[in-house]
Amino acid sequence: MINGARVPPDAIYLDYQATTPTDPRVVDAMMPYLVQRFGNPHSTSHAFGQEAADAVERAREQVAALIGAEAREIVFTSGATESNNLAIKGAVRFLKSRRSKLVTVATEHKCVLESCRTLVAEGCELTVLPVDRDGRLDLDRLAAAIDDRTALVSVMAVNNEIGVIQDLAAIGAIARAAGALFHTDAAQAFGKVPLDVTAQKIDLMSISGHKVYAPKGIGALYVRRRPRVRLEPLFSGGGQERGLRSGTLAPALIVALGAAAEIAGRERAAEADRLGGLAASFLDRLTEALEGVAVHGNRTDRIPGNLNVGFAGVSALALMAALPDLALSVGSACTSADVEPSYVLSALGLDDATAASAVRIGFGRFTTEAELLRAAGRMIAAVAGLRSAGLRPALEAAT
Amino acid sequence: MTIVPVHPFVFLDHNATTPLRPAVLSAMVDVLGEPGNPSSVHAQGRAARRRVETARRQVAQALGVPASGEIVFTSGGTEANHLALRGLKIDGRVLRSAIEHDSVRAALPDAVEIPVTVDGIVDLAALERLLADGAALVSVMAANNETGALQPIAEIVRLAHAAGALVHCDAIQILGKAPFDMAALGLDLATVSAHKLGGPQGMAALALAPRLPLRALTTGGGQEKGYRAGTENVAGIVGFGLAIEAAVAELEPYGRLAGLRDRLAARLVGIDPAAVVFGAAASRVANTLCIAMPGVKAETQVMALDLAGIGVSAGSACSSGKVRISHVLTAMGIAPDLASAAIRISLGRDTTEGELDRLIEAWAALRHRTNRSAA
Repeated sequence: MINGARVPPDAIYLDYQATTPTDPRVVDAMMPYLVQRFGNPHSTSHAFGQEAADAVERAREQVAALIGAEAREIVFTSGATESNNLAIKGAVRFLKSRRSKLVTVATEHKCVLESCRTLVAEGCELTVLPVDRDGRLDLDRLAAAIDDRTALVSVMAVNNEIGVIQDLAAIGAIARAAGALFHTDAAQAFGKVPLDVTAQKIDLMSISGHKVYAPKGIGALYVRRRPRVRLEPLFSGGGQERGLRSGTLAPALIVALGAAAEIAGRERAAEADRLGGLAASFLDRLTEALEGVAVHGNRTDRIPGNLNVGFAGVSALALMAALPDLALSVGSACTSADVEPSYVLSALGLDDATAASAVRIGFGRFTTEAELLRAAGRMIAAVAGLRSAGLRPALEAAT
Repeated sequence: MTIVPVHPFVFLDHNATTPLRPAVLSAMVDVLGEPGNPSSVHAQGRAARRRVETARRQVAQALGVPASGEIVFTSGGTEANHLALRGLKIDGRVLRSAIEHDSVRAALPDAVEIPVTVDGIVDLAALERLLADGAALVSVMAANNETGALQPIAEIVRLAHAAGALVHCDAIQILGKAPFDMAALGLDLATVSAHKLGGPQGMAALALAPRLPLRALTTGGGQEKGYRAGTENVAGIVGFGLAIEAAVAELEPYGRLAGLRDRLAARLVGIDPAAVVFGAAASRVANTLCIAMPGVKAETQVMALDLAGIGVSAGSACSSGKVRISHVLTAMGIAPDLASAAIRISLGRDTTEGELDRLIEAWAALRHRTNRSAA
């Protein structure tokens, strides 16, 4: 028997930027590689091993196809955190003797900022650029921060808290012109917005499985071959994945990422339309019923499945406590137990009280219109209740 | 997508990977359908957290992790070995046995090698001499992946600790095959992998004694108490916990494989009296047989058996398809000619006598063909 905390039976999951359930079609694709006695994909000498190895290569093509890459440019990893660590530490450690500067942005995911800080401790020079009030990077500031000693520019494609999309093509052009590598953390973008490593001049791209309806524990790193990007691996050993990432590959997880990529490629545009419509009607309901509703982050350049909303005078933690049946979040999942206001919202220039009122609402493939209507109704009632009660303490409101 | 099954295929490469236990699979499929990041505070997140922590207790219990020790989940044995060996903040020489897995060898490029005996067992007298010159860390596997030879871990820990060195043990090939208790052995670090014991691929753990100076290789969201950043593979972790619990509970029935394995060895040697079993005098895990058919390359044997529908391996599987002469057999003092004729046959808990009869038949046919072409 498996254990777990009790989830309310009528719970509505609204945290698709934290993680997604695995698509049943993806589970179906994985099943043969879980059930049948497939071997270690590196033991290609016997039939089991060969089938597993073929499946891995098909998945590599599926992932590559979604970003305009070649299959052999895809390195499978255990997730976007590992990909970001491998890309940033790996590339800069390789180049450090010639180029020891790196440039990133204040709103990056923690694992990008932590990887950069590790390099600072190793003697590299780091520039962390601010963003505008709507969450976008100022391209002139970026250009000014890069010079011929810059090894790497790391800018995320889509922000995990506010869903804002950066102008990757423009950033890539600026980095390339200066001879710096361009890495993008595309964990929130892969399968949600169009990506093209050639047009956007991307040298390294981190991909996550569990943000796009594949399981947790699988990800990928795109590593450009022409011109070739060299990396120092985080682990070595069996020499798998072109020596960039040793360790036995998990065929079922890899097949799942491939299947998820293929589904996303087929359904992305229609899904974006549907989610955009849901988000708009959800927001309409809130703004019709309530005063003082703020949306954080650029309104147009954002993924359709994300809203980051604040209700003036209502603390996000109190609101979440009042809505135990809605899975909402403040900030990213990794930091959601923190009491500090989100550093991403602070980077937008929001004061602490405004930042502390913001909740992240994430819609996805399995969110229904009925769920959203119910969620909007519950949220409106809770905000009105909290406001009229004059900010009762969160715990009291929850009981 | 259609996958054409090659069944009935006789899989005798369980030291490379094992089939997933059916109960583990169904639990994992349930978990895959659940949303919920263990770091999230809502009910779905807390449910995922509970699952991870339940599995962590299952793994800790199966390994005999000392009180206040830690289990750090990783994406596989290679990552766990690297975290242990590269992450440890130590100052001094590192010793590792000559028969360690490639991932340990790669993580410790500058380590001093501890030799092994002709039976593939760490030479304790040599270890003592090496420790006398000073060492901060010793890394020795519990059971060798190629020969199955069990290593004298308790004795190694006693010697190493007396010399002030920490001990890491790659326990990947022993869990579920022979008794192992980290606390009783006094180990400081141990690595265990899920897919070798009926759990999912892409999942392993590093077990730590309390208060070790360990630094993370991947940094970010602070998961796994800061030892390993990245969203937890919840379904894989759940599967690992259930699989290791079941594997350790079934140690006794697993022991029956020794009888099958020894009968197989006797039959193969009966077919070719010149055949050599490696580590035969050593105490071994019950499922492993490393045997050479003199004069026939391991690749030839593996391919011939594959054509007959039987999967075995030539030494270790991890060399990305390349077959090299085994460093394990070389360290045992086996001549290259003989070592290059060695295959590894590793039984699983469901292996039957009938399956082994098929292997014996195919092996005999190959011996017959190669004898004829030699004549």
